[in-house]
Amino acid sequence: MFDIDRWNEIWNALAKNKIRSLLTAFGVFWGIFMLIVMAGAGKGLENGVVQGVARFATNSAFLWTDRTSEPYKGFKRGRYWNMESEDIQYLKSNVPELEIITPKNFGGRFSSGPNVIRGKKTGAFNVKGDYPDYVLIDPCTVLKGRWINEMDIRDKRKVCVIGEKVFESMFEKDENPIGQYLKISGVYYQVVGLIKPETRININGRTEESVSIPFTTMLQTYNMGNQVHFLAITAKAGVPVSVLEEKVKEMIKKKHSIAPTDLQALNSVNIEKEFKQMSGLFLGIQILTWIVGVGTLLAGVIGVSNIMLVIIKERTKEIGVQRAIGATPRMIITQIMMESVVLTTVAGYLGLSLGVGLLELVNKIMESAGTKPGEEVFFSNPTVSLTVAIAALIVLIVAGLFAGMIPATRAIKIKPIDALREE
Amino acid sequence: MIQISDLHKSYTMGSNSLHVLKGLNLEIDEGEFVSIMGSSGSGKSTLLNILGILDDYDQGTYHLGGKLIQGLNETRAALTRNEMIGFIFQSFNLISFKNAMENVALPLYYQKVSRKKRNLIALEYLDRLGLKEWAHHLPNEMSGGQKQRVAIARALISKPKIILADEPTGALDSTTSFEVMDILKEINDQGKTVIIVTHEHDIAAMTKKIIRLKDGVIEEVIKNGELQLFKDRIRTE
Repeated sequence: MFDIDRWNEIWNALAKNKIRSLLTAFGVFWGIFMLIVMAGAGKGLENGVVQGVARFATNSAFLWTDRTSEPYKGFKRGRYWNMESEDIQYLKSNVPELEIITPKNFGGRFSSGPNVIRGKKTGAFNVKGDYPDYVLIDPCTVLKGRWINEMDIRDKRKVCVIGEKVFESMFEKDENPIGQYLKISGVYYQVVGLIKPETRININGRTEESVSIPFTTMLQTYNMGNQVHFLAITAKAGVPVSVLEEKVKEMIKKKHSIAPTDLQALNSVNIEKEFKQMSGLFLGIQILTWIVGVGTLLAGVIGVSNIMLVIIKERTKEIGVQRAIGATPRMIITQIMMESVVLTTVAGYLGLSLGVGLLELVNKIMESAGTKPGEEVFFSNPTVSLTVAIAALIVLIVAGLFAGMIPATRAIKIKPIDALREE
Repeated sequence: MIQISDLHKSYTMGSNSLHVLKGLNLEIDEGEFVSIMGSSGSGKSTLLNILGILDDYDQGTYHLGGKLIQGLNETRAALTRNEMIGFIFQSFNLISFKNAMENVALPLYYQKVSRKKRNLIALEYLDRLGLKEWAHHLPNEMSGGQKQRVAIARALISKPKIILADEPTGALDSTTSFEVMDILKEINDQGKTVIIVTHEHDIAAMTKKIIRLKDGVIEEVIKNGELQLFKDRIRTE
């Protein structure tokens, strides 16, 4: 294998048909390049999306109400109804699988005009009534101050936690918002915290553009009685969320005289299910990548096989001479297979390196550009794993062997006499 | 060295069968210098191919150096060729991208002799043929006569029992042709069996025995003593 004569022969055979060798090599190069770039891009998309939701509690589900769609127990269809604060205590004591249960109410929406005022500054933001436990489900980073605590809930304190966008429009850049007051829908609240979301899952408006006040404060201040707009739950370890989701829904429906068959009255979303769907999607992308990539590669390999056939045709006489003076068929086969493998491997290795290089470049650019807070980037760290690279390399060598097989068998079918006969 | 008895060979071309060799008998002893002559279609190329184990035959027997050559597989045939026969071709058939030394060393490469050793031996053979200074030249930098001398060196390097030359002077002018024949004669003088296929009478006349083929059988064998007669005859022809 490390015979200088053999390499000399390989080099000469390929150099004789420079342009053809190059074009053929390009086929393989492009195949592997595409495979790597596509695999990397797929991975980047996956990384981007997964990073956006990674910290989110995957064992969670969310419930909210709508008008009923079926008449039940004397109620007409089309009835408006709400969950109530009492439901939470009721569920806590009756559903042992429940780990966290936290309500969330929605005050003013930014779409209904400016609702937040500070001095001469005004802004339209989402106002949410939250419980301390909510950050266990949708984690956020506290940049300044703190998140809502139990005492805020108990004392119905008029405090608020603001997102970054709120800070930007209501305060000067170097101002400390903590301790300052904001007038939200006519009532003053003291800012106690500035937060930044860790995930890109948003409920009723982006967290950056939201103001959170204690849930109990919201009920009292805005005359919501005991309404609950939105309920977030998580399951204890080992309990599938979908099971918990169904159980909770069933209990709430029963308590509020909603038909068990009514699909519209109580909506829910199950994050576990969404995650599964998402990983299915990424698996699909991966499979597609490989099908397309290997297909392109195959086209390249067929090209290599083709040029090897041409080379052999041109070298008929040479092969004939070699056989006449004692080269065994095995030697000829090895020679041609080696040529084929060298051509595919060198071209493929170049494609592999360039593909990885391009991914690295994209990564560098993305890193240096940086992502501004709150920017929706669904693409991050596009890389291929070592496994993929090694798999691609093995595919290449095997492909080279296959590409060499047909020409090699053709070569040993050449009878020395046919090769030597004068034209 | 070579015993051939009742050799038959036919080629099938489509539905036609062409009977080329029709029960040929031939015996060549060790150390002979033989030329095979014949018009085209007489079967001389076919005979050469069978002698060189490049082609198989249909009927009869062929013994080379006491060994029956029959139905060998490609690998065995290649090994036997490498070991027993040195080939010289009309168009030299040197490998274009290898220099003279590497071309000469090629048979030893197939015998898996180390590169250093085989190149050393190749240089020795090139030296014997007066081509030492040309060892590192590529074939296309050499004249026809030089190329044929390289080919002869290549044929000799594996120390074969017989040298088979297919129209060795066919592509050369007459001066060079005689030079090449002189070399072949010298090789024969050193005890090697040399067989030449040619259609040139004056080349054939330089060998020690002429075998004339016609229609797939031997028409006549002209031995050493009668060569003068043959020479006279071709002069009148």
